[in-house]
Amino acid sequence: MEIKEIQAEIVDEFAMFEDWMQRYEYMIELGKSLPMIDEEFKTDDNIIKGCQSKVWVHAELQDEKLVFTADSDAIITKGIIAILIRAFSNQKPQDIIDADTEFIDEIGLKEHLSPTRANGLVSMIKQLKLYAVAYQTQLN
Amino acid sequence: MLKTTLDIQKIRKDFPILKREVSGKPLVYLDNAATSQTPQQVIDVIVDYYQNYNANIHRGVHALSQEATDKYEQARVKIQRHFNAAKPHEIIFTSGTTHSINIVANGFSSLIKKGDEILVSAMEHHSNIVPWQMLCERTGAILKVIPMNQEGELLMDVYDDLLSDTTKLVFCNHISNALGTINPIEEIIEKAHKVGAAVLIDGAQAAPHLVADVQKLDVDFYTVSAHKICGPTGVGMLYGKEDWLNKLPPYQGGGEMIAEVTFEKTTYADLPHKFEAGTPNICGGIAFGAALDYMNAIGFKAIAEYEYELLTYATQELLKIDGLKIYGTAKNKTSVISFNIKGIHPYDIGSILDKLGIAVRTGHHCAQPIMDFYKIPGTVRASFSFYNTKEEVDVLVKGVERAKAMLL
Repeated sequence: MEIKEIQAEIVDEFAMFEDWMQRYEYMIELGKSLPMIDEEFKTDDNIIKGCQSKVWVHAELQDEKLVFTADSDAIITKGIIAILIRAFSNQKPQDIIDADTEFIDEIGLKEHLSPTRANGLVSMIKQLKLYAVAYQTQLN
Repeated sequence: MLKTTLDIQKIRKDFPILKREVSGKPLVYLDNAATSQTPQQVIDVIVDYYQNYNANIHRGVHALSQEATDKYEQARVKIQRHFNAAKPHEIIFTSGTTHSINIVANGFSSLIKKGDEILVSAMEHHSNIVPWQMLCERTGAILKVIPMNQEGELLMDVYDDLLSDTTKLVFCNHISNALGTINPIEEIIEKAHKVGAAVLIDGAQAAPHLVADVQKLDVDFYTVSAHKICGPTGVGMLYGKEDWLNKLPPYQGGGEMIAEVTFEKTTYADLPHKFEAGTPNICGGIAFGAALDYMNAIGFKAIAEYEYELLTYATQELLKIDGLKIYGTAKNKTSVISFNIKGIHPYDIGSILDKLGIAVRTGHHCAQPIMDFYKIPGTVRASFSFYNTKEEVDVLVKGVERAKAMLL
């Protein structure tokens, strides 16, 4: 599936919930299903700066597609990463670079997060895109 | 039912913000240690200033300037009387506690030399750590830490050992923002003075709960932020003994703080203006005085008794939650409860509580050394004020239970 389609799917899913408590419950569930990073990659180098809870992200190229794994010490943060990974993992680096991130605004995630978490969200997206840029350079 | 004689429902009507909703739920504001809410009586003073006598102070010949100057100086006297300072000019208006501490830390640069020792408590806010570290870097002085125990109480016998002839300064908060511990500042001050050291007490967290008598305490410097005691943000005070304030050089240069300026030399104004360069937060200073009037009309004794009841009740109810641990269990503590639930990150609890309309603080509370001491990333902190109710404690406890059920 293309990034755009996955994002539309996520937007639809979030629209089904009546309130933000239900959305939080959903994010917690997503957090529990996050593709876990290997312990060996949980290094300080892989910590995303700008998050108040710890977030580790690892990227790996498999068949010219970028696969992300991640972890966090906070479960809602894990849910947020799970949403991002679902949208961007298993995609070609160039597609990740080109992808827009409007779906975040559409599901209202940013405005419903605390300011520190919203900053963290921006840092996470930036980091995923940076990985894509790095691997795209490698492919070229 | 709680035993208080205060009419809490009547008091709550003074605070317009308490009527609002958050996420469709009535606001339960339990982040009072970060900032307190503002009563209508103080809001009215702020509006009155801008509607009727907004003018620059101490320099205009016109009526408005005189009115504003009078009100501003009356506020200084109110603050002086409240903290029982000997003289009005021992009260310096600042932008808040952080500014106050920096004035002293900066001023001591010229009074401290290499090898001198500075003692700081293990439970300080970053604002009472970083300025002293900077002072040590500038001067070569040594920063030493008064440790604490698991309950969050300072180890006073270690303090005794740390004190020596080379101790020049001691810094400690009156009440810890992260743990609520009321520190034995009388003893700290007395012992520091015996070795000739000066003492700064950060009163930011104490001012909303009790009245410090600076003369009785014999403290050298005491700092307060107005926004913790129902006043506006961006204004506070530095109390300093006259002798000390005369010894310290000015912190900032500018208008108002001078006696005479030529390009060759400037002579500084007398206290308090020496430390009040530029146009101050005039409205804020006046509102600070109004906030003290408001709190005093309710009465600090009644406030302290009621907040203690809230603390006791909240502690007892929160501890019924399995896996909940409270950090800061000093015998002498104020209405602050820092806690975690086993296996759950404090941010997650805070996020769920927010969606239930409950405002708490999560994180390290600008006191990372305390978090390092307990080996935790942070805590959830609920801090209660005299306008909070027993029912709000119940909402908190239910909220924490719900968050726990969702998150575990």
